[in-house]
Amino acid sequence: MARAVSNRRKTIATIVAWLVALIIFFPILYTVLTSLKTEPEAIQGFSLVPSFTLESYVTVHTQRDYFKPFMNSVVLSLGSTLLALLVAVPAAWSMAFSPTRRTKDILLWMLSTKMMPAVAVLVPIYLIFRDFGLLDTRIGLTIMLTLINLPIVVWMLYTYFREIPGEILEAARMDGASLWGEIVYVLTPMAVPGIASTMLLNIILAWNEAFWTIRLTTTNAAPLTAFITSFSSPQGLFWAKLSAASTLAIAPILIMGWFSQKQLVRGLTFGAVK
Amino acid sequence: MATENTRGLARLMLAPSVVLLLVWMVVPLAMTLWFSFQNYNLLNPANVSWAGLFNYQYFYTDPAFFQSIWNTLLIVGGVLLITVVGGIAIALMLDQPMWGQGIVRIMIISPFFVMPPVAALIWKNMIMHPGYGVLADINRALGFQPVDWFAQYPLFSIIIIVAWQWLPFATLILLTALQSLDGEQVEAAEMDGAGAFSRFVYLTLPHLARAVTVVILIQTIFLLGVYAEILVTTNGGPGYASTNLPFLIYRTALLGYDVGGASAGGIIAVILANVVAIFLMRAVGKNLDK
Repeated sequence: MARAVSNRRKTIATIVAWLVALIIFFPILYTVLTSLKTEPEAIQGFSLVPSFTLESYVTVHTQRDYFKPFMNSVVLSLGSTLLALLVAVPAAWSMAFSPTRRTKDILLWMLSTKMMPAVAVLVPIYLIFRDFGLLDTRIGLTIMLTLINLPIVVWMLYTYFREIPGEILEAARMDGASLWGEIVYVLTPMAVPGIASTMLLNIILAWNEAFWTIRLTTTNAAPLTAFITSFSSPQGLFWAKLSAASTLAIAPILIMGWFSQKQLVRGLTFGAVK
Repeated sequence: MATENTRGLARLMLAPSVVLLLVWMVVPLAMTLWFSFQNYNLLNPANVSWAGLFNYQYFYTDPAFFQSIWNTLLIVGGVLLITVVGGIAIALMLDQPMWGQGIVRIMIISPFFVMPPVAALIWKNMIMHPGYGVLADINRALGFQPVDWFAQYPLFSIIIIVAWQWLPFATLILLTALQSLDGEQVEAAEMDGAGAFSRFVYLTLPHLARAVTVVILIQTIFLLGVYAEILVTTNGGPGYASTNLPFLIYRTALLGYDVGGASAGGIIAVILANVVAIFLMRAVGKNLDK
């Protein structure tokens, strides 16, 4: 009896959940389907069955040179992530393992830099970039993305490092490990998972950043965010091409995101929710 | 316990991050503040002079100014309302036993990973387009006139798009919090005869308070700066109907070449962000200390 009831409940929950999930996922699904249609097909009205042509992908690649913005996105997101880690790992490390009275204040202050609206410094940053010849360069944008995400990277690493028990260090020290040995053989292996998660989240954030990447680039350093924005003034039939470009732009990050759900919660809430 | 040596080393390790962020925060902000008191137009860069409070006055008397602040608050408020209420509902739903839960979860969190220009263009062209959009197809099938969303309800359309992007974030965090709810407590309440509704109000909601706080705080930071979604859909229009403060400043700066005016707007944006931040921190501070 109880079993029958719970089975019925499970069935209802399943139907409702799938319905809600499909509605939320629909815009993405429909984009992928449209990218597999021909242009006339794409505007013929609602249809979930494409003709599975790859012509839009070919067109996007040959006519609009998709490869360049894609590589820019890869370089910018990886470059800024590595640079941020390089600066943030020592900082998070020192705050986690030798905290002082001011550690908490420093952390909060770092977080508060995230609250500064980007647009408030648009003019000075634009002028600085112009004067130093950094506009539309990968280097300029990499530095920019590094600075934007640095507070999140420090915070996230800090919450991971803090969980490494201090006793292990003491034990290693008792066994006569040097500071260097301590770092290489004891701490690093324990810190790697946290660093990896931080890296993953930061790549996602950098890949999708859509203010500075659009405003500080034109063609040479323009990543996918800027490339897709150029589709906002359509010329002729472009639904299928837009879909193909969009699918390519979101696919890598979507897949990475699916694998990093847990880390995402932790990273974006600064460790407040685990 | 820590020796002088390790303490010095710790400071040295911390220094690059602190210095970088300090420079990143102070230099541009100081420049914005300085420019906001100058007559400075990029079309006439040789002719820069002290303007006093003129830029602020100019920005303040611009009819678009109050509308843009109001629009900014509407976007933040509207999206928060939809994502928090929707997020709680979907999190509760996902917490039930069901078949294919992993796939359902993946589908629901996906919009979060879609970059803003793509999200906005998908909605603009495939979903809300009055001619070829799916909503227009549905309307026609039901015998109604298709709605021209971005012309008739520009701000509402943008709120929907942004809410779609942030709903997964709220859901994921609330679900994580929900799953840490003590099952024994729930069972005890059930035994004591508490109905589903009172269990939700007296057990689940208080348990979620902290997570809701975190969701509101973090989303507000990002929602105050909504930009790309407006750029690729309505471009702020019609008129100023969907212009928020960031968009107004961008227009003044890079389309009007008015460095002074845009900087005054930037300072106002900083003040607004700080007011919201202080207000939020205070309102939710207790919750976070727990």
